[in-house]
Amino acid sequence: MTDTKSGQPAQPAQPAGPAGPAGPMIDLKGVSKWYGTFQVLADCSTKVEKGEVVVVCGPSGSGKSTLIKTVNGLEPFQKGEILVNGVSVGDPKTNLPRLRSQIGMVFQNFELFPHMSITENLTIGQVKVLGRSSDEAMQRGLKLLDRVGLIAQKDKFPGQLSGGQQQRVAIARALSMDPIAMLFDEPTSALDPEMINEVLDVMVDLAKEGMTMMVVTHEMGFARKVAHRVIFMDRGSIVEDCTKDEFFGTQRSERAQQFLSKILHH
Amino acid sequence: MGGEFDWGVIWKYREALWDGLVTSFKLFGIALAGGIFFGTLLAMARLSSFRLLSVPAAGFVNLIRSIPFIMAIFWFYFLTPMIVGKFTGQQGEAVGPFTSAIVAFIMVESAYYSEIIRAGIQSIPRGQPWAAYALGMNYWQSMGHVVLPQAFRNMLPVMLTQAVILFQDTSLVYVVGLKDFLGAASKGGQITGRIVELYIFVAVVFFLICFLASWGVKKLNARLAVAR
Repeated sequence: MTDTKSGQPAQPAQPAGPAGPAGPMIDLKGVSKWYGTFQVLADCSTKVEKGEVVVVCGPSGSGKSTLIKTVNGLEPFQKGEILVNGVSVGDPKTNLPRLRSQIGMVFQNFELFPHMSITENLTIGQVKVLGRSSDEAMQRGLKLLDRVGLIAQKDKFPGQLSGGQQQRVAIARALSMDPIAMLFDEPTSALDPEMINEVLDVMVDLAKEGMTMMVVTHEMGFARKVAHRVIFMDRGSIVEDCTKDEFFGTQRSERAQQFLSKILHH
Repeated sequence: MGGEFDWGVIWKYREALWDGLVTSFKLFGIALAGGIFFGTLLAMARLSSFRLLSVPAAGFVNLIRSIPFIMAIFWFYFLTPMIVGKFTGQQGEAVGPFTSAIVAFIMVESAYYSEIIRAGIQSIPRGQPWAAYALGMNYWQSMGHVVLPQAFRNMLPVMLTQAVILFQDTSLVYVVGLKDFLGAASKGGQITGRIVELYIFVAVVFFLICFLASWGVKKLNARLAVAR
């Protein structure tokens, strides 16, 4: 196996299961969602191509976390359509568990399973969902744990690890399913400042390998380094959707400019 | 001392008392297992977003919890044969006091346990089932591997306390003439006229069992508090 840490040339993300159609990996078309009468998502449309890294940012309450959770069906939506690798998320006929098993997700609060050891966290999805043998799952899990630099912690429980370590395990757990795309929902927001970089480093490596990534984050350094596109959301709408250079260069919306000046100047 | 007491009667009736105690423990064990099993299903139904599941589950739990335990045992024993008789058009055949009591106990305990388990499930943060679903688990896998194991760990002290109450409640089966521990003592007392000695003995045994169990729960609680 190639040493994934040395930043070898981008290996194409190996698709799990049948190769999808030629279209974008994630395709949102006019997605709207209401909580009662309050609209949290308003006609959101965007695409994430295969191998693309898209950063979603915006002020809190702008709907970015909700948006990313609609992609794997954790949040239902009332209007519009989402295609992941050509499969419609909102279609009741879609096998949602199967679709989700192909998309990795990393949460703000890590959400490791606290009653299981690190290795159990890494193998349970592989064994119960993908039907791998426990030996195979263990091998794969340990390889990924080594990759995120935490092989020494394999027998511990999540509660015994720092936040940064837990989040790295959570990334390894998502990768253990050999996903075709990864979703990150504010992966560093719950971390102490000195732990943010260890998590971002893992994510940068992943991006350089060509993983398709949709990342909700305020880490503009990360966006500058690896994003292809940046989406800016405000009050449930996508206000900006442009390439990284356009976004950091000449912003068109005043709202985005305000937001950037707030989070960059301290 | 104890001139007018005749403690020998306990030894004399040891076999009947032992059989009674075994009956009590049998009732307890089956009611506990059934109560937790069906209580879990009831709790899951109550928390379901399908109203077809949640509304009847809530109705059942609220109904059972608002009638006295003893009434449920009594009713079930006398009413079921009548209802069965109505439906089949024949004289309903009595299932016997033990089976009848077991069914009543499981029904009542499942209602009580479902409330405990519902609180336990709700104590688990939303992100946990989300993480399970994100890995591709279905509802039952998410419940079985992720939510319920954590919920049961949180609920263990309350569940054990409820188990102690259940053990005490097994003595209520005297209303259907079932010979449990208390029933055996009562019968022995009526025959020999030594009811005081036998009742004191029963009280001491109940006290010892429940006291030891409560003490164990307290110990366990302290250990869980450290582990968390």
